[in-house]
Amino acid sequence: MSAQENMITMQKVNKWYGDFHVLKDINLTIKKGEKVVICGPSGSGKSTTIRCLNHLEKFQKGTITINGVELTDDQKVVRHIRSDVGMVFQHFNLFPHLSVLENLLLAPIWVQKKPRKEAIKTAMYYLERVKIAEQAHKYPNQLSGGQQQRVAIARCLCINPNVMLFDEPTSALDPEMVSEVLDVMVELADEGITMICVTHEMGFAKKVADRVIFMDAGQIIEENEPNAFFDNPQSDRLKLFLEQILSH
Amino acid sequence: MAVYALKEAQSAPSTNKGLLFWLRENLFSDMTNSFFTLLGCYFIYLILPPLVDWMIIDATWTGSKEEIVKDGARWIFIIEKFDQFMYGFYPEQLHWRPNLVALLAIAFMLAMKFVHNSKVKIAFILLLPVVSFILISGGWFGLETVETEKWGGLMLTIIVAAVGIIASFPIGIVLALGRQSDMPIVKTLSVGFIEFIRGVPLITILFMASVVLPLFFHDGMDFNKLLRALIGITLFQSAYIAEVIRGGLQAIPKGQYEAADSLGLGYWQAMILVILPQALKISIPNIVGSFIALFKDTTLVLIIGLFDVLAMVTLTTSDSNWLGFEVEGYVFVTLIYWVICFSMSQYSKSIERKFNTEH
Repeated sequence: MSAQENMITMQKVNKWYGDFHVLKDINLTIKKGEKVVICGPSGSGKSTTIRCLNHLEKFQKGTITINGVELTDDQKVVRHIRSDVGMVFQHFNLFPHLSVLENLLLAPIWVQKKPRKEAIKTAMYYLERVKIAEQAHKYPNQLSGGQQQRVAIARCLCINPNVMLFDEPTSALDPEMVSEVLDVMVELADEGITMICVTHEMGFAKKVADRVIFMDAGQIIEENEPNAFFDNPQSDRLKLFLEQILSH
Repeated sequence: MAVYALKEAQSAPSTNKGLLFWLRENLFSDMTNSFFTLLGCYFIYLILPPLVDWMIIDATWTGSKEEIVKDGARWIFIIEKFDQFMYGFYPEQLHWRPNLVALLAIAFMLAMKFVHNSKVKIAFILLLPVVSFILISGGWFGLETVETEKWGGLMLTIIVAAVGIIASFPIGIVLALGRQSDMPIVKTLSVGFIEFIRGVPLITILFMASVVLPLFFHDGMDFNKLLRALIGITLFQSAYIAEVIRGGLQAIPKGQYEAADSLGLGYWQAMILVILPQALKISIPNIVGSFIALFKDTTLVLIIGLFDVLAMVTLTTSDSNWLGFEVEGYVFVTLIYWVICFSMSQYSKSIERKFNTEH
């Protein structure tokens, strides 16, 4: 496996919030096109880890390299990496003062400097992909949670990223809407995009993930391919965690 | 076990029960309510008829000062001095110039509402201040110059308020962003400026602008009095606007900043496209409230020798011909201020409705 094939490399990444050691020696390598699911109890550092990848969180020690570029605090580098890495948030974070279509046009027009007509074409294409094209002129507050999250996914896709990060994308949704969002994510996965997903949806992990990673107390405890992960957990912490989440 | 068929929605029963019912429910529902209703009616009876009597029925609207026989308001004073209240000492034969500016301003507001071509709108926004200034002060295109000392009355009040409002807004935004900045110098300067201005009365600022500003320029230059007032008022207002906007900025959820950042938007792009539109929308009531206060504060320019509408009224009542007409003068000025401030308040509500995409 050549270095070129590695989309993301995290080496000995450490982060402190003041005196609190949040991430302890995170070592993670993700190949191009790989789908990785990260799970673990609250406070384990899963969200913090992926938020380091697009510089929403800063880290004090270690290196992160994304698609060949090392992530530093330099604003130019950060912006370059952010156009390569899309993030879908738990609480959608759509811009409420703009329509659905305008939400999608912002980045292509202002960051990638595309002409408006081309940006609209791209935006409508992705809105159709997530099956929400007819809502293009509505405002986010007029949509249901599931619809908003699909718009958020389309918004990321418009910048044509190499990596998609999902931070508990279905945790804030009513149960009936979870599947409509997961379906979109499964389709995306089939297209070959590199995906890192923090989620509790184990069914999704089994279906889509190449690798499942378990984190606890700021470090990676265990990683394995899905079947082995769920059916044959090795560490005690993972055994306990799986018992807790699979008990209902 | 039971299964129920779906029911059709029906229209609600009528709640219109008539005036008597409304009165009984709202004004006379119990002893306390009834008591206060009657008390309120009594106060209205004490105040309203005499007021209407004084202001309208018994008032003198025409004729000369010597012929006054009625007891009511002597509006002839206002009518006689109306031009001075409106234009101050502006030469009478040149009144058409401020009148033209007023017409242009109305045309501007109509254009903003009904014209959709952005280029026309931008042209209007850029040209209006320039054209207005040329028309009122003169000196160009063969127009006779009118020194700013002669500007006065409601014309001056509106000019000072308008310039103060329009100029303080962008400065206030920059100060609010500066206060939140990570750069220490920017932050310290912003905080220092805001806290200093908010700590002193506007009158002090006006005095300082009047006395301190000329020191920055060499003796030969007479730093225009009106300009000093405008600078003082603008700086004063921008500090208050900055704090209002800062409140709005703090109300924006962190997720909005994060979403804008994660899309690759730069600082100013995120501010202008995502954050400020939302922050300003939330702050509209407070911003307009601040502007309404500024409009009323313009009377303080009297301190540095400029005669706004209130000063003109005070001045004219000390005219030996018209002693004793203070009441009519001050009621008139009160009415003017009230009409304009109330209009601003209503306009604020219409702006809020227009920007409300929350549905």
